[in-house]
Amino acid sequence: MTDFISVRGLIEASYFLAAILFIFGLKRMSSPVTARTGIVWAGAGMVVATLITFLYPGMSNYGLMTVAIALGGILAWVSGKKVAMTDMPQMIALYNGMGGGAAAAIAAVELFGGQDHGLTFGILAVLGGLIGAISFSGSLIAFAKLQGLMKSTVRFPGQQVFNLVLLVVTLGFAGVIAFQHAGVGTVTIFFALALILGVTMTLPIGGADMPVVISLYNALTGLAVAFEGFVLQNAAMIIAGTVVGAAGTLLTQLMAKAMNRSLGNVLFSGFGDTGVAAVTNDAGGSMKPIEASDVGVMMAFANKVLIVPGYGMAVAQAQHKVWELTQLLIDRGVDVKFAIHPVAGRMPGHMNVLLAEAGVPYDIIYDETEINAEFATADVALVIGANDVVNPVARTDPSSPIYGMPILNADKAKNVIVIKRGQGAGFSGIENALFFLDQTRMLYGDGQAMASELIAAVKSL
Amino acid sequence: MIDGFVALYIFMLAAFVGHEIIGRVPVILHTPLMSGSNFVHGIVLVGAMVALGRADTTLEMSIGFIGVALAAGNAVGGYVVTERMLEMFKSSKGAKK
Repeated sequence: MTDFISVRGLIEASYFLAAILFIFGLKRMSSPVTARTGIVWAGAGMVVATLITFLYPGMSNYGLMTVAIALGGILAWVSGKKVAMTDMPQMIALYNGMGGGAAAAIAAVELFGGQDHGLTFGILAVLGGLIGAISFSGSLIAFAKLQGLMKSTVRFPGQQVFNLVLLVVTLGFAGVIAFQHAGVGTVTIFFALALILGVTMTLPIGGADMPVVISLYNALTGLAVAFEGFVLQNAAMIIAGTVVGAAGTLLTQLMAKAMNRSLGNVLFSGFGDTGVAAVTNDAGGSMKPIEASDVGVMMAFANKVLIVPGYGMAVAQAQHKVWELTQLLIDRGVDVKFAIHPVAGRMPGHMNVLLAEAGVPYDIIYDETEINAEFATADVALVIGANDVVNPVARTDPSSPIYGMPILNADKAKNVIVIKRGQGAGFSGIENALFFLDQTRMLYGDGQAMASELIAAVKSL
Repeated sequence: MIDGFVALYIFMLAAFVGHEIIGRVPVILHTPLMSGSNFVHGIVLVGAMVALGRADTTLEMSIGFIGVALAAGNAVGGYVVTERMLEMFKSSKGAKK
């Protein structure tokens, strides 16, 4: 049993406190009212755990340790403060990859060190290292893709067979290392293979599916951390890692469901970027343009306006203008609500963050299940920068790749106004039947400029 | 010592806690929550510190150093971006009209 008065006891007690703070912190993050304090609680747990670890018995290299913490910490602090809200998904991917890399590094040190841990620990160390390394290189690819550093999606014939073979070979090495003490060479090859596997697994996945992948790697990193926690006999790592592993897995499933994809589909099929041949639906009818001044009148005298923002709005940096417009309309007595699709933005909840940044209060923002019935009573649905998530073919056309995906029923509104830069198809390359409906009018132009014109139009009334 | 079935029990209970916590989270908080859970596995930092602290050879020390730097990046970066996002969430009672 642990002696509670010893340094060791103090360390264990601190880790226990940290684990409690993490769990309560995450719990508080589950409501917008307490979310802010939640991250502060978890942060306090992290500080306690980190500081107490300096007292860990039998350690040296404190200089190196301090320099490494300062180096990683300062770089992350500066980049985290600077990053734009629109770029949040890839930043999360990057930090997550770092965690995976750290878990792999722990495994590497343990395995290179060559201490005999016994079979269970050997297996867990190797598995944690494998998962951590995959999460590391995979997250970096996800970051590069979302950041626009890597434009193309790399696919070649037999890619999945190649990945499968690579996985089997890597697992073979893992087995050898876990069961019979391997040398430095074998361990190095094992980690190299794991890193390559992370890259080749992520390369064929398209940009639209990346959030699901990031979430998956987040869960995997948690799992890797938990495994390395077993190896190091560190309860805080086991608990925090497992909680994240479970939470991340659930979150990944929720995201995949919102996109109408199974996880297997995301990982092993090609859909999810513009590579799919454009299904040029002869939707019938034509797109009918409208002027901003007319839209202004239409909205100012409406009873209910539902705004459907998409990622295009954020790219155009139009959210501040849209909120200004919303306030003008609310002051005129119009009932204005925001309707957010789960995958609006680049990951679930991303659009809420972007709207929150502009100052839109969260209680006029509704998600798809809450708001969909209200489109039928809305006078105007203003679609700005959204496309696939309002495409009615998801309800009507079984041959469409997005058939069955939950969508916002903007087509049920009396009038639909679509602010759009040009006439091109959406992220998935699918023609949008909504644009051709009788009650739909197209307001062509840059999101921010058009929002400004709408504000001017409403003000002039 | 944490081993065998004790480890399994911890694993099982912690997994259940993780599942329960996320199950009740509204969609609007999914992005900050993913970021927040990303921060929580930054606890890997303490493991990386122990690994570096025990390292003897140059190879182990180099890998340990990289591990600690990466882990610190995970923890600090995860905290900063999560805090920035959550700070912005306001209800219409608090927001300026």
